[in-house]
Amino acid sequence: MLIYTLKRLLQAIPTLLIVITISFFLMRVAPGGPFDGERQLPPEIEANLEAAYHLDEPLPMQYLRYMGNLLHGDFGPSFKYKDFSVTELIMQGFPVSLEIGGLAILLALIIGLPLGIAAAIKRNSTVDYLVMGTALTGIAVPNFVLAPIFALVFGVLLAWLPAGGWNGGALPNLVLPVVALSIQQIAYIARMMRASMIEVLGSHFIRTARAKGLNEGEVIFRHAIRTALLPVMSYLGPAIAGIITGSVVIEQIFGIPGIGRYFVQGALNRDYTLVMGTVVFYGVLIVLMNLIVDLLYSALDPQIRYDD
Amino acid sequence: MTSNRSRQVAPGKTLRTMLGAAALACAFFATPALAATLAIGIQGEPASLDTARIGGTTWENDVLGDLFEGLVTLDPAGQYIPGAASGWDVSDDGTVYTFHLRDDANWSDGEPVIADDFVMAFQRLFDPANGAVYSSLFYPIRGAEAHTKGEQNAPALGVEALDAKTLKITLNQPTPYFPTLLAHIAASPVPSHLIEQFGNDWTQMDHIATNGAFTPTSWVSHDHIAAKKNPEFHAAADVALDGVDYYPVEDRSAGLQRFRAGGLDIVRDFSPDRYQWLEENLPGAVHLAPQLANYYFALNQRDGHPTADKRVREALNLAIRRDVIADKIMGGVVSPASGFVPEGVADYTAQAMPGLDQDMDARIARAGSLLEEAGYGPDHPLKLTLRYSTTEANKRIAVALAAMWQPLDVQTELVNAEGAVHYTELANGNFDVGRGSWVADFDDASNFLGILQSDSPKNYGSYHSQAFDDLMSKASRETDTAAREALLEKAERQALADYAVAPIYVDVSRNLVDPQLEGWEDNALNRHLSRWLSLSPEN
Repeated sequence: MLIYTLKRLLQAIPTLLIVITISFFLMRVAPGGPFDGERQLPPEIEANLEAAYHLDEPLPMQYLRYMGNLLHGDFGPSFKYKDFSVTELIMQGFPVSLEIGGLAILLALIIGLPLGIAAAIKRNSTVDYLVMGTALTGIAVPNFVLAPIFALVFGVLLAWLPAGGWNGGALPNLVLPVVALSIQQIAYIARMMRASMIEVLGSHFIRTARAKGLNEGEVIFRHAIRTALLPVMSYLGPAIAGIITGSVVIEQIFGIPGIGRYFVQGALNRDYTLVMGTVVFYGVLIVLMNLIVDLLYSALDPQIRYDD
Repeated sequence: MTSNRSRQVAPGKTLRTMLGAAALACAFFATPALAATLAIGIQGEPASLDTARIGGTTWENDVLGDLFEGLVTLDPAGQYIPGAASGWDVSDDGTVYTFHLRDDANWSDGEPVIADDFVMAFQRLFDPANGAVYSSLFYPIRGAEAHTKGEQNAPALGVEALDAKTLKITLNQPTPYFPTLLAHIAASPVPSHLIEQFGNDWTQMDHIATNGAFTPTSWVSHDHIAAKKNPEFHAAADVALDGVDYYPVEDRSAGLQRFRAGGLDIVRDFSPDRYQWLEENLPGAVHLAPQLANYYFALNQRDGHPTADKRVREALNLAIRRDVIADKIMGGVVSPASGFVPEGVADYTAQAMPGLDQDMDARIARAGSLLEEAGYGPDHPLKLTLRYSTTEANKRIAVALAAMWQPLDVQTELVNAEGAVHYTELANGNFDVGRGSWVADFDDASNFLGILQSDSPKNYGSYHSQAFDDLMSKASRETDTAAREALLEKAERQALADYAVAPIYVDVSRNLVDPQLEGWEDNALNRHLSRWLSLSPEN
């Protein structure tokens, strides 16, 4: 298993290299630059800015410089937020996104999995229709609709919770963004778990287990759920990587200082270093999460082994 | 923070029965409130607290204006008053200013504010390595332009310390509005003693010292900047607030909700669509005030563009129903503009584009015949590309313009792009009609009219008029206020007679201000220093 892990990590290097290279050049192909805006700068000042950030050098040279710095773990300075380096921005924002996203995923698993299992066991019953109907609504209503409604109802009209702000991560400030972020995940997980459970419950080994006289509880909890979790697990890898890197919608609506906005704002501002920093960071996370999922597979399914 | 004051909407408007529950919940989640810390929702994150590295956004004024004090500063009404300088003398020829710094002006770490702090601030502003976005604003200072351009034989910079508390600034030529420039945040001093020690890292929270009414204590990017009252500030005794927290709120409806929930005392912008609702539901909190800001469309006068023909530009201008845009699209919060320099600029009378005073039928008839003269008609329709940067309001205005021009058989293709692309395309001249706007850096007509000078990088339409340029250059040398005003007004009349641009409306500042807050005065610069504000005792 150790060898497998090392092998996978080594394989990740060329993948990341390709991602970084493509992102680097794609970013530069996009029209407009980091210093273009309503306040059109006199050419001499624009030239000064470009020189200060080495943007006046030929592109391949900039690429090599970037890669060289990256090898030293230096993501460079942000073009837009000049008092912070990209590393500082990510390190300041990531724990916040991780906290919100981690809690949201946890909540989604705690609610989504039992709902999916219940719906599968009580297939085509009122419970099933209710759960699946609600789940469909959860998937259909996007965050940017849900989050302002939450803020309005619970923050303004009922005044139970703050309508926004981070306040150092105080519990009342966490509730609305975490719930808003988890709704869609609850829905996805419940639907996926239901489908997977239904498939597993109809499979041969479950029939065998029942034929052997195991009681229904044991069949479901010892055999069916473990197997049914596999597709959910493969979904969770990238999903977790996506969620803990923040959501621009949730962050802007609730004023959360996470890193989600940097993906979008960075790109809109042509803040090249910030975009690259988030891309590299996200890429590494995806690789790691997928690896963890694959390793967990073997824990859940004895047929999967990584001996070689 | 004042987070547990919930701002209720007007009685009878919402769920009264829920108020009891709300009060209970508030009590449950209440955190001890620091009595007099103001929470301001600003429109975005400042790029830096270093005046040489700021990004040029309006919200940087909100933060840096509180943290630093230039030689000149602003009173609550936005009028220029002496700041770190107690006064100044001007040489007879108007080119040499001698500033006398206050004896009691100190940095928040207790060091005195000295003339060298200003010298270093300007040196850094004009240092090419810093790429300061506002350096061109101060080109009236001798040597400023040459230093910014990194010229070899640049003359000595016209900013010198005569002694610790006396600063001499020499200009290229008399510039009557020069003192007003000094109230700009980019003209703030820097703590030279800290820069010598820490270089560009001087703005880090464990190093920074400021000379304004407040000094920062923490900055979590995109969360908030916290600042406390600066006890070393020369007028600290008159500063009522204990501190100010600046929350970047990029989403305007989120800002409104946080204001209604009591988490913010001031929100520096709201969507014009919400104006009517706000007036009815949050009476007393809504502040609209004419601002020194315009919204216009640049008309491309480069060869090969139909808008290079003056007749076309006049026709397009005549057919725009500015009152409809102001009332129907912008919800009546802005006023239609018939000139380029907004009303309310100091020592200036707003000018009007010729022909706009006629009734609409006459205007359309003239527009039709002008286009016909220029060779356009039903058989040979005028085809235009209109570019705008992607926002809902810009889109609606663009659609309205296309509809207003349609009766003249004008076919308008609308192209929208995000800000960075939009302004690049405009600068490159890839448009016929392009959306632009300008918010004054300082209260002077030249800040607007300068945009239309041939050599201005913001002259998107590439308007070129020798007469206009001559008048502007004459005005820049004129020291007599009345004579200068007359020259600037004449210059604007020239540009308007050339239909150089299509002005649309004069913008307004839109603020939400807690009615319990005292000391707020709406002003045309939309600059509000927190040192003048106070929260009433019950907060």
